[in-house]
Amino acid sequence: MTEPATTPVETAAPGELHAGAAPAVAVRGLTKRYGELEAVRGIDFEVAAGEIFGFLGPNGAGKSTTINMLCTLVKPSGGEAFVAGYDIFTQRDEVRRNIGLVFQETTLDGYLTAEQNLRLHAELYGVPRELVGERMHQVMDMVGLWERRSSLANTYSGGMKRRLEIARGLLHSPRVLFLDEPTVGLDPQTRSSIWRYIRELKSREDITIFMTTHYMDEAEYCDRIAIMDQGQIIVLDTPQALKASVGRDRVQIQTDDDQAAIAALRARFGVEATVAEDQVTFGVPGGEQFVPRLFAELEVPIRSVSVARPSLDDVFMSYTGTTIRDAESGSNLERRNAGRIMGR
Amino acid sequence: MASTPTTASGSAPAAGERAPAGAETPAGAGHQIAAVRVPTRSLRGELRAVKVVWKRELIRFSHDRLRIVASLMQPFLFLFVLGTGLSRLAAHGTHGVNLRTFVYPGVLCMAVMLIAMFSAASLVWDREFGFLREMMVAPVRRSSLVVGKCLGGATVAGFQGVIVLCLAGLVGVPYNAVLIIEVFALQLLVAFSITAFGVMVAARITQVQSFMALTQMVILPMYFISGALFPVSHLPRWLEILNRLDPLTYAVDPMRRIVFEHVHMSDAARHALDPGVTWWGWHLPGPFEAAVVALLGLAMLAVAIVEFSYAE
Repeated sequence: MTEPATTPVETAAPGELHAGAAPAVAVRGLTKRYGELEAVRGIDFEVAAGEIFGFLGPNGAGKSTTINMLCTLVKPSGGEAFVAGYDIFTQRDEVRRNIGLVFQETTLDGYLTAEQNLRLHAELYGVPRELVGERMHQVMDMVGLWERRSSLANTYSGGMKRRLEIARGLLHSPRVLFLDEPTVGLDPQTRSSIWRYIRELKSREDITIFMTTHYMDEAEYCDRIAIMDQGQIIVLDTPQALKASVGRDRVQIQTDDDQAAIAALRARFGVEATVAEDQVTFGVPGGEQFVPRLFAELEVPIRSVSVARPSLDDVFMSYTGTTIRDAESGSNLERRNAGRIMGR
Repeated sequence: MASTPTTASGSAPAAGERAPAGAETPAGAGHQIAAVRVPTRSLRGELRAVKVVWKRELIRFSHDRLRIVASLMQPFLFLFVLGTGLSRLAAHGTHGVNLRTFVYPGVLCMAVMLIAMFSAASLVWDREFGFLREMMVAPVRRSSLVVGKCLGGATVAGFQGVIVLCLAGLVGVPYNAVLIIEVFALQLLVAFSITAFGVMVAARITQVQSFMALTQMVILPMYFISGALFPVSHLPRWLEILNRLDPLTYAVDPMRRIVFEHVHMSDAARHALDPGVTWWGWHLPGPFEAAVVALLGLAMLAVAIVEFSYAE
């Protein structure tokens, strides 16, 4: 396939997936403060070359701020970071030349055609003229937009715009592609097709993908994920390992008296339950076997019950004590507002 | 179309059947990806960035017919409606010179001013719609982007200037090569400086409406005070001070001198209508005034570059 673009610093730090390759992203103690507010509180992580790495967390967790720092758009308050081997503090241009970016909000020129948008990008990045046409054909083909290349970007649907942006982000063969919430605001069908392109992309290009999401189901597609909450990385591992670490099924019950049920669960079974999403929620090993005992022994009337295998929601819950939806909902308003401030 | 194998660099073993393009399915694997090497920063790269931003300005302008028509409206109104209407009152004051001829140099300036401000406004627009970000993250200097924008604004405004220049015959100004070249050069200079001003302002403004409101608040007073519509001698003291402080004065005055040099009129008329701008009695020469405009433009360009360099 592709030969790696001009290899920069060849440090011998072994990546986890591609032994011998330098990490695509290396971050140590990265911090960003906005006045009083600490949006990112000294995070450390490494992304191996060729990996799909996901940042998972509620809105306002500091994901976008981190991505903006790595893309040299926001100046960090402290720490250090290397992207594609280049220092984000001192080698901004080298970093920029080696990354592709797809932001949450569209950054296309709606008054230009898709092709004009891409040509403009190619010239800004100095893609050699003789390669532009061919490369453009490839990336537009990959996202299924080649036939629509002469349409104004404004006439595209939300999903098509996102695909065009992914194509544009790939045009200059970046070594790391940053996707900030690539599927936010899209319908489920379009979301899954975007994911098809992303995985297809990884199989075709020698590229590392760094993305943020707050959709649990999408985080499953990542090779590794870092769960971020309130500016910190809480846990970082493969989705499988994270789910295994929970080791318990999630049981949710609806009762007539939640507080009594919580007290009874604690007294009778020694289980700590919380109210999440308006249901009494708790984790137990072997959930299915637990349900008959629950009905027999819990004195509080139960209206419904559900048992689920550990999901990333449970991982999030077990590490943060809240579900990601609750973390984003009105019950946590200050946090959300804080997130808005640091979001941009 | 859809099944045309893609030619690619290297030896693609097989360009297999590809799914119909345009469908939701990704194209089938099998064709080689052209590896692109992005060159390191160079002067050529920066010049290319200037060109890209400049070219985009032109493409955008050519798509936007309404903008062209709208920005021509005001010069036409001033020239033909105001000029014709007021000439019936002012026949004595102008020493027989048609008022349309008198306001023509001012209208030549106005034509480029408005369109240059529109150009700068598109920067705010770009920010609101996200495209600015695409340019800001590119591996080029912000100064290249700002210079490209200002050159683009000047070029687009230059087109507009040419249209108004074509009307010379209708207001009794001859089509003279020297006049046309001088006027056009001055128009480009004014357009560049105004775009630089607009870009400097746009760096701090996030909403198109605010920018438009500011334009109304700044550009119209500047235009009225500049003497585009009246001779600048024997003014009341307060207006004279404002007039000399108005940068646009130094664009309108040489413009008028260039045009009037080629118009036949009595010495009395020339003296009354084209008295020239004075600083404590010193008559400013035209090239000096043009230099003032250029310097102001460059200063504002520098401020704009600094502002954009520190913007995140």
